Amino acid sequence: MIAVAAIRLSDLFAVVMLFGVYSLLTAALFMDLDAVDVAFTEAAVGAGVTTVLMLSSLHLTKRWEALPRRSPVLGLLVVGVTGAALVYAVLDAPGLGDPSAAVHQHVTPRYIEQGQAEVGMPNLVTAVLASYRGYDTFGETVVIFTAGLAVLLLLGIQDDPRIRPGVSAIGDQVVLRSVVKVLIPLILLYALYVQFHGDFGAGGGFQAGVIFATAFVLYDLVFGDGSARAVVPPGWLHRLAALGVLIYGGVGVYSLLAGKPFLDYSVLAHDPVHGQHLGVLLVELGVGIAVFSVVLLIFYAFSGRGRRR
Amino acid sequence: MTAILELLSAICLLLGSVLCVTGGVGLLRMPDFFSRVHASGVTETLATPLLLMGLALQMEWSLDLVKVAMILILVLATNPTATHAMAKATLHGGQRPLVFDDVKDTGGEGSSKP
Repeated sequence: MIAVAAIRLSDLFAVVMLFGVYSLLTAALFMDLDAVDVAFTEAAVGAGVTTVLMLSSLHLTKRWEALPRRSPVLGLLVVGVTGAALVYAVLDAPGLGDPSAAVHQHVTPRYIEQGQAEVGMPNLVTAVLASYRGYDTFGETVVIFTAGLAVLLLLGIQDDPRIRPGVSAIGDQVVLRSVVKVLIPLILLYALYVQFHGDFGAGGGFQAGVIFATAFVLYDLVFGDGSARAVVPPGWLHRLAALGVLIYGGVGVYSLLAGKPFLDYSVLAHDPVHGQHLGVLLVELGVGIAVFSVVLLIFYAFSGRGRRR
Repeated sequence: MTAILELLSAICLLLGSVLCVTGGVGLLRMPDFFSRVHASGVTETLATPLLLMGLALQMEWSLDLVKVAMILILVLATNPTATHAMAKATLHGGQRPLVFDDVKDTGGEGSSKP
């Protein structure tokens, strides 16, 4: 219903708000399906950062959606055919929680029964994400890095002379500054907690990186455009993003040099379980650093461009 | 003791829900942006801590209780700030609150621009 409303509205400002609400509801839906880590990431990214990024991009473009100039019949036909094909494919998939599904026969019992013993952490999601399927997570991190690269190549971070750090767009605001001054250290602390608590509860590198970046975005929004840029220059972020991917790949290469397959963590310490734990810690750190720098870079790229006035 | 705690928890949860519904009704029925944001800000800033306290009364002393307490303090601090920010941004955007004389003068239109 929210999606239908978002499509039908032509006021893009309201659409961005609806997207935020949609993300929050999806996060609640994920919680209902017992997928806490995914819900956490969806809430942090969807209802938090992307709303700000979309508002920044809205500031650069128009607020009202342009009327379509062509008839939508061809587009409707393509969407209808694709949708029908997808629905037909989904009908073949096993039901939710079906115990006789193929994935529940061999792989899932192995993860559930031996995950804690092999990887040494109670949070099976992090164990699967970072250790059993660490290669896929490496791909995700590289995708995030590539997205940051694409934004930098297409938009670039401009040194706009109209940016004045310290002057906020809506004038002097004592209340916001005081509250945000207290909140930002707490947000940063919470991000660190999420990063390192991913082994035991919901958390991990992706959520922590996003929350860490959110603190800087908040600082930039309240204390004036460009003030975050004075604290964390874009040059640092370029290197940090590369460093994140490098840490992740470096762990894999180290395993290769030690004679084991790529991203096999058991060689990192004196015994395999400790090695797994150390490996997961390192790769989550790499993910967190990469996500933080890319999100902040994208925010710089959008918010630093000249105003239309 | 447990009975008293359960009773208190039930009262808190009920009050919190009633306040949430009241806030929602206010959001829908108020005539002006500023009164709407005031309605939702005030009611939800009280409702969320009440709901959280109702939940906390049902938990035993554990790390989760500390987390709930921290969420409660955070909501108490940030919800009014967000309301303030919204109102301030709207004032900056040019809307003015609907005032009684405007209603009398222009027949109910007020000075709120769409």
